[in-house]
Amino acid sequence: MAQGSLIGQSLPRVEDDRLLDGAGCYIDDVALPGMMHMAILRSSDAHGRITALDCSAARLVPGVIDVFTAEDWPQDMPVIPMRLIPLESSVPFLQRPLAQGKVRYVGEPVAVVVARDRRTAEDALEFLELEIEALPPVVTRDQALAATGDALMVPEVGTNISAQYQIGRGDIEDAFARADVTLKKTFQSHRHTAVPLETRGTIAVFDIAAGKLTIHGASKVTFFNRAELAKAFNLRNDQVDLITSDIGGGFGVRGELYPEYYLAAEASRRTGRPVKWIEDRREHFAATNHSRDVDCELEIAALKDGTILGMRGQVRADMGAYIRTNGNVVPAKAGQFLPGPYRVPAFACEVLALVTNKTPVGTYRGPGRIEANFFRERMLDCLADELGMDPAALRMKNLLGAAEMPFDTGDLLPNAQKVVFDSGDYPATFRKLLDECDWDAPAQVHSDGRLHAMGLACFNESSGGGLYENARISVAASGQITVSTGSSSMGQGVETAIRQICADALSMAPERITVALSSTTLLSDGVGSFHSRSTVMAGSAVGQAAAELLDQARGEAGRRLNAAPAELDYSDGVFRVMGQSDRSIRLSDLSAMLSDQGGLDVESRYEQAPLGFSFGAHAAHVAIDPGTGDIEVLDYWVVEDVGRVLNPALVEGQTIGGVVQGLGDALYGELVYDDMGQLLTASFADYLLPTSTEVPDIRAVATGDYPSPHNPYGFKGAGEGGIVAVAAAVGNAIARAIGPAGDAICQTPFHPEKILTLLHAAKKGKQ
Amino acid sequence: MILQNAQGDARIIAGGQSLMPMLNFRLATPTLLVDLNRIAALSGIGMTDEGLRIGAMTRTRDIETSALIAQHQPLIAHAVPHIAHLPIRSRGTIGGSLSHADPAAEFPALMLAVDAQMVLHGPQGARVVPAGEYFQGLFETATKSAEILTHIDLPHWPEARRFGFQEYSRRRGDFALAGIAFWADMDGDICGECRVVAFGVSDRPVRLHGVEQILQSHPLNDADAMLQARDAVDDLLEPDSDLQASAEYRRMLAAELLQRAVHAAGGMA
Ligand SMILES: Cc1cc2nc3c(=O)[nH]c(=O)nc-3n(C[C@H](O)[C@H](O)[C@H](O)COP(=O)(O)OP(=O)(O)OC[C@H]3O[C@@H](n4cnc5c(N)ncnc54)[C@H](O)[C@@H]3O)c2cc1C
Repeated sequence: MAQGSLIGQSLPRVEDDRLLDGAGCYIDDVALPGMMHMAILRSSDAHGRITALDCSAARLVPGVIDVFTAEDWPQDMPVIPMRLIPLESSVPFLQRPLAQGKVRYVGEPVAVVVARDRRTAEDALEFLELEIEALPPVVTRDQALAATGDALMVPEVGTNISAQYQIGRGDIEDAFARADVTLKKTFQSHRHTAVPLETRGTIAVFDIAAGKLTIHGASKVTFFNRAELAKAFNLRNDQVDLITSDIGGGFGVRGELYPEYYLAAEASRRTGRPVKWIEDRREHFAATNHSRDVDCELEIAALKDGTILGMRGQVRADMGAYIRTNGNVVPAKAGQFLPGPYRVPAFACEVLALVTNKTPVGTYRGPGRIEANFFRERMLDCLADELGMDPAALRMKNLLGAAEMPFDTGDLLPNAQKVVFDSGDYPATFRKLLDECDWDAPAQVHSDGRLHAMGLACFNESSGGGLYENARISVAASGQITVSTGSSSMGQGVETAIRQICADALSMAPERITVALSSTTLLSDGVGSFHSRSTVMAGSAVGQAAAELLDQARGEAGRRLNAAPAELDYSDGVFRVMGQSDRSIRLSDLSAMLSDQGGLDVESRYEQAPLGFSFGAHAAHVAIDPGTGDIEVLDYWVVEDVGRVLNPALVEGQTIGGVVQGLGDALYGELVYDDMGQLLTASFADYLLPTSTEVPDIRAVATGDYPSPHNPYGFKGAGEGGIVAVAAAVGNAIARAIGPAGDAICQTPFHPEKILTLLHAAKKGKQ
Repeated sequence: MILQNAQGDARIIAGGQSLMPMLNFRLATPTLLVDLNRIAALSGIGMTDEGLRIGAMTRTRDIETSALIAQHQPLIAHAVPHIAHLPIRSRGTIGGSLSHADPAAEFPALMLAVDAQMVLHGPQGARVVPAGEYFQGLFETATKSAEILTHIDLPHWPEARRFGFQEYSRRRGDFALAGIAFWADMDGDICGECRVVAFGVSDRPVRLHGVEQILQSHPLNDADAMLQARDAVDDLLEPDSDLQASAEYRRMLAAELLQRAVHAAGGMA
């Protein structure tokens, strides 16, 4: 088997047999001897001063072994740090594991009960006597900007603005002065979040005698989390293990360093018992990171022929009550991706992050991109209407072509990190979408009494990210190969991808490779799974480790076979002296011979090159019922150039899953707060997810036309392209379907009530 | 007996499809559950002199697939597939749905539309409550604390009766944001006695007498009558707003669904 022959093949997912047979092991399947259960008292007020918190009655509930609050923390409570896009101005708004003095959102942890079972712990919560003196709740962006006095999240800071900066490129004044047409609109991307079927959970085991903290149920960024937990509990990194198990969906929200990890660890430290916490669904809606919730005032300047001259605007993100580990990713990416895959010679944008009395915001699949794509792509359709142009032609005219690559986007991030689009021919890929969805065919006549239309949206998408990734490959005497990376599996198929790359690099049958991911015990260091990075970064690291391992093995093989390394052929785990097939040695035998040095065992770190950018486009066909406002998405197309395609079936699965998730977000899922900052959507009765009956026919095409020059395989990410333009494409389709009334489609989610109201108002306007 | 001794602290469990979620949310915390699932006499569908009798423990799915229902209660047969999803219909019971009395549920509206009689058994014996008096508000019925619903009697359905059933929910299988059950006894082309029952738009299913009067003595396709009827729906209903739909939207939906239901009855859908 030649190297490179496995790349591009749809190998079946290794994880599926285990997961579909019910043989997966999720965190709630893990039970340890002597294990206790933790329940958390969470604030039911959005904003207030804690005036009294009496735990004495709860302590007396039979079965309860411990109760603690912020007051009981042995030293200063640790501050949960920012991992990504940290800005100085955000530091005063960082969260601690338990509320101290004040509560700032519904769901904020206030006290912890540890008991023999979860039921008892929950019953005991009702005996905690918490008194809160209400402070004025801040629930909108405008309230955040206007806040003074008691409405300030941290009065000493004097403002609820946690970040504010300007980005741009080109001469924006000149662009607007030269324009034939300018349009100004306000858009909004609503607050929603990832809803993995498996909620979060952890078991902490603090063995004080051995000086060891073990956290089960870790994921995503285990090495960062290990270092922070070590710091918080005065341990060295090597005294803390983070163990991953199977995961029922991550989507960006799972595995961040949340308060609950600290609370479980502290509960275990105090009681000397393993302590389990499994989030229930109501907790999930209030405690797990929310996301999106960005609005944007946007202005565009163009010539009559559709040439875009410039865009300017302001992006305002509602960050919730605290800045968590994802720092300023959501607002920063919403700003950065606003000009998108188009030329846009002049661009100016102010980015604002505002704190409010809601659940803190973090990253969720496509953070900032979903928002930016929706704002820009809706604006382009409005511009096309204004100019009387075909929306496809308008896009074609402004998309960046192959001759313009690499394209320097200018300073669009607060830390002035340069971002360059690496490769691609955006109009050519867009053309493929238009052909797939038959955009240029004459409009079909439908006789079902509904209003039909198609909508388009384009995007580009960065991938990779996170400075480095580690991979370790070891060869057992049995011949079995074990590969580990810092990236972890969240069900997205990383195990399959890593095995495929490793098998390819060692030119071996994939069955001989075992993948063991992400527990911090397996590698000296690593980064994790986010930003569509695992195949790109961990995959490249595996390729590199395999090359190093073969290099080392070749030297050893030469020595044992009495031949120069260059005289050796290698394939299928065997070195042979060229032309003499009887002089050969197997990798496994070499590893056995080297057993006193630990066998063949290589850990390698792949350092980040610049990011690769995929480009893609979506099309949606929707039908609107003019009597009820009902929105049905009938057909959906995605074409994305993901660089070199490792495993087409995996990419297709990621894309289709992304589209379905995006449809749910665009049409159903919304986290709603009332004026008092109460979260009204705390169960599946109110927070709606798409079910199988809501899923249209989806065609996902991944092209491998423009490999990234920045990593050895030419991969670009493929984990987010399915979701990032759904709101944009569906919004454009709805707007086109309902005619002039569609101009008002500027906010997600798209609710049938809104559509019907717009249609009625348009009818009245005409009469 | 058990119900009586528990003094209101016991709950009957039928299919568990509404009660179990309430227990999960800690919205109900009974100390005792009384399981009716093994009482065979409480389930089944049979003919009586007056019409059909359905046992309270009859599963929704069995009603959906019953030949007797299909033949003798076509409105119900047509509407039942709108209830939830197959696994829920396979567990849930008609008695559970009626006792739970969710204002957006289909069975209560259907019972009101077909003039069903609820048969209740308690320590004082049996009594019969007509559907019009049985539903008393949000999750409230005429059932007293130690009583159970044992049967539902459905009067005879005339062969020439025409019907329409329409509801709207954002996802398939969800409780309706609004719905209309309609039937009409025709006098040639002219609508004679008829029923208009709306659900999802009040704290219980409501019969819209005012709309019935407008529709009567016109053909089902009479455009002027339909305009008046739509306006009357708008006037008569005072739904609440909630997260899923505003009062105004529910009114708009009810008017549209009325038109569709009447047109379906008239063979115009
Ligand atoms: C996801 C989901 C979607 C749903 N969608 C719909 C829908 O679209 N339309 C719809 O109509 N329903 C819907 N339901 C509700 C479902 O139809 C329930 O099955 C039904 O409402 C209750 O029936 P049950 O037999 O499960 O009753 P249970 O849940 O067992 O009981 C419900 C209540 O009735 C009482 N009770 C039960 N039987 C009796 C009796 N014989 N006498 C006195 N009291 C009794 C119980 O004590 C309890 O208070 C949905 C449910 C779910 C989970």
